[in-house]
Amino acid sequence: MKGLTVIVKTITDFVVAFIVIFGAYIVLYGHLTPGGGFAGGVIVACAFILLMLGHGKEVAFSRLGERMGHVLDSAGALAFLLIGWIGLAGGYFFLNVFGRGDQFRLLSSGMILPANIAIAFKVGTSLFIVFAALAVFRRRSFRSMIEDELS
Amino acid sequence: MENITPQLYTLLVFMVIGSIVAIETRNLLSAVISVSAVGFALSVAFLFLGAPDIAITQLVVEILVLIILIRGTILLDNTAVELHRDTLAVIVSLIFFGLILGFGAMIFGSRGFPEFGEPLMNVSRVYVMRGLPETHAANIVTSVILDYRAYDTLGEATVLFGSILGALAILRKDGKVAKKEEVVPA
Repeated sequence: MKGLTVIVKTITDFVVAFIVIFGAYIVLYGHLTPGGGFAGGVIVACAFILLMLGHGKEVAFSRLGERMGHVLDSAGALAFLLIGWIGLAGGYFFLNVFGRGDQFRLLSSGMILPANIAIAFKVGTSLFIVFAALAVFRRRSFRSMIEDELS
Repeated sequence: MENITPQLYTLLVFMVIGSIVAIETRNLLSAVISVSAVGFALSVAFLFLGAPDIAITQLVVEILVLIILIRGTILLDNTAVELHRDTLAVIVSLIFFGLILGFGAMIFGSRGFPEFGEPLMNVSRVYVMRGLPETHAANIVTSVILDYRAYDTLGEATVLFGSILGALAILRKDGKVAKKEEVVPA
């Protein structure tokens, strides 16, 4: 049987959505409250890691596949670079050319909000993939080593 | 600002004890948990110092590292570590510790330590004064790392990207190990 006991699975199902929402809040309000792309991305990655620990790797990979993770990882990095290039339109690399908006509003401070989102995608997916690599691939190799030794 | 020195000293003593336990214990799992306790205490210390941004990041990364390290150590059959001391290593570390203490005494011995947060540098003064009007970001930390110093953050993201790529490349070889490959006896 994959995963942990039914208690852990039930609580995991109950809690994962809230963790993802909290991570999204930390990312989106990073320019107004403490937090930001890095912390929010790690929180979202922790939700997927909880899913993987509770339900096993199949369920977690069905929500966020390995290939999809690589795509999102690279897309986040490229989006952050693209935001820097957009600044070239105003004359300098990473110049904040977007509209600043009103202070203390969600849609304000120009490029900081999209940059936060890009970093969140980059950090979250890459940490999830590294955890999957450490937990799943390593265990598979240990199993195959044991099987080799038994045969 | 209220006096937070007793709380900070309590956390500092806790962190020093945790570090010593992490070094001296023979069980790998206990060492991992002690290191994490030190990290959590550091996160609380950041909260006391009025840096919630860093406290959140420290806490979250600490949780992730704890999970990964426990996942990594719990799979090992033999979690006990042979405790043997290399004489040369002890001598070298003692020499470096003495050098650090000596230089610290040279620099701070005559003048004493500066007041906490007292010499506010010119650059940070500019950030604090002009951060909100110029970037319209209420969180001053975000306005520094993603507006004034976004180029720096791009470098950080590149480092993370490259290191993750390297880690995946190394672990991937382990994951797709061939059946006929020779098993190294542990």
